[in-house]
Amino acid sequence: MTGQTPRLSGNGMTLAYDKRVIAEELSVEIPDGSFTVIIGPNACGKSTLLRALSRLLKPSTGAVLLDGRDVHSQPTRTVAKTIGLLPQSSTAPDGITVAELVARGRYPHQSILRRWSAEDERVVTESMEATGVADLADRHVDELSGGQRQRVWLAMALAQQTPLLLLDEPTTYLDIAHQIEVLDLCAELHERQGRTLVAVLHDLNHAARYASHLIAMKSGRVARCGQPGDVLTAELVEEVFGLPCRVIDDPETGTPLVVPAARRLATSPQQV
Amino acid sequence: MTAVLEKRTARPIGRKAGVRPRAVVVGLIAVLGTFVVSVFSLGTGDFDIAPADVVTTLFGEGNPAHEFIIGELRLPRLITAIAVGAALAAGGAVFQSLVRNPLGSPDMLGVTNGASTAALTVIILGGTSTQLSIAAVLGGLGATLLIQLIAGRALHGFRFILVGIGMAAILTGISGYLLTRGVQMENARALLWLTGSLDGRDWGQAKPMLVVLAIVVPVLLLACGPGLKILEMGDDSASALGVPVPLLRNGALLSAALLVSFAAASAGPVNFVALIAPHLAKRLTRAPGPNLLPSIAVGTLLLTGADFAAQHLLQERTLPVGVVTGLVGGGYLVWLLTTERRAGRI
Repeated sequence: MTGQTPRLSGNGMTLAYDKRVIAEELSVEIPDGSFTVIIGPNACGKSTLLRALSRLLKPSTGAVLLDGRDVHSQPTRTVAKTIGLLPQSSTAPDGITVAELVARGRYPHQSILRRWSAEDERVVTESMEATGVADLADRHVDELSGGQRQRVWLAMALAQQTPLLLLDEPTTYLDIAHQIEVLDLCAELHERQGRTLVAVLHDLNHAARYASHLIAMKSGRVARCGQPGDVLTAELVEEVFGLPCRVIDDPETGTPLVVPAARRLATSPQQV
Repeated sequence: MTAVLEKRTARPIGRKAGVRPRAVVVGLIAVLGTFVVSVFSLGTGDFDIAPADVVTTLFGEGNPAHEFIIGELRLPRLITAIAVGAALAAGGAVFQSLVRNPLGSPDMLGVTNGASTAALTVIILGGTSTQLSIAAVLGGLGATLLIQLIAGRALHGFRFILVGIGMAAILTGISGYLLTRGVQMENARALLWLTGSLDGRDWGQAKPMLVVLAIVVPVLLLACGPGLKILEMGDDSASALGVPVPLLRNGALLSAALLVSFAAASAGPVNFVALIAPHLAKRLTRAPGPNLLPSIAVGTLLLTGADFAAQHLLQERTLPVGVVTGLVGGGYLVWLLTTERRAGRI
């Protein structure tokens, strides 16, 4: 890995579903070893950007470059060994157990001739331990709680052993405690395993707390990117989300904390 | 919160993630069952042969009379039944897995109807049975391609099902029209064919079916099987795991359509086997994935069993096998819908 050109980037991309253009001339760089978080209002194209980076959506112009080459010109399996993805919604097949599901993360490393190895065994065990689901190995996925299930999916993505991991709103449908649990886990994976993480998050304060690199998007373009402390200002939130707010220091971590302005700050608080 | 499961087995994950022992047991029982039914089926008829003699004859040690009766008269029909059962079950398993719906079987989605309509056309025009078989295969494949084309490139289960049901309805209409155009004798042949029957099948029908099975089933098992398992988690997840989704989908769909079309060409549109066999296999094995091998084993048992019953259920006359599979399959479906409803699952 070189310091200058990152492994994953998008250059001059036009992203569109059929004729509906989501973004034009969009360029992003994902710094190696970063925990990059993409934020932005609904329909700003952040999930679309993630789909493009993970090769699910082919840019109609421009390209996603992985290690300097167009991601769409590389074999599916090769890419799957480099970029992992936790989609917004995945279906756990009926009757599948946790160990079986996590083991499926080894698919890109297997072939007709090489179905299961000691390496697969070790990686799957470690992935389950890293996400704290080893004790659930024999349980059926459909009988787990939402938080547990998300950890299982994360374990599957880990078992894929990709240096880059993309997460599309990994905390949706989870309560606040499980949201923090999953994000803490992501931060731990980022720090301990040195993986590059890219996540789409809705919650600005979570983004500010966990990201090492922040990309703020508005209507299909990058409004600002950089360190959370530099990006997440009251002006930016106002500009991108149209939300008047104050940004203070998070008393826990010192990272920016967005406090939305009260609706009728100037008028009497009694009036409801 | 539920209590954390304390028990941690030492069994390696590779074993857990691989073939489940339960699936192996189900498959073996079905194969054994097929063998038992086969022995009785080969031994029963105008001239009864004891099971022990059937087995010795099968191993080439029987007397010439037995060898003729079994080898020339009864074995081709049995082999056709086994092959058709296997083909329908494998085809059905792939369809259900691809459209992610347990009711998404080729006989609901117009593939079998394509074969039927083409075969009917040949019958009404007074064609030979070889022409009929060729037409059935082409009809089934044609209908599949058309559905695929209309459903669009981004083939989602639900859309494919809707287009398939529409296609089935159109083709049923055309078949009905064809029947009104035929004269009585042709119509009798057409109706018998439409019910699905194994009467009078000889090696001429059995052999092409076996060749197709020998080619397509290994392709499905080795090249498509692992990918199909992954595809059940959704297109995005499968893609991210390195499954070439469009290629796999089209390949598996074509293979399944080929199997189902050839089955229809050999035995007519035998109802419900493609729907029930994979379903039953999944219920018995309780394993995720398309369950190809257990489905095939269950399919052969279903069809050989149904054909045995069709031949011997009524004293005075034999029934077309399609009548039996229709009754059993339809009954199973109704039973299933009621129990699932009671369990609150649908």
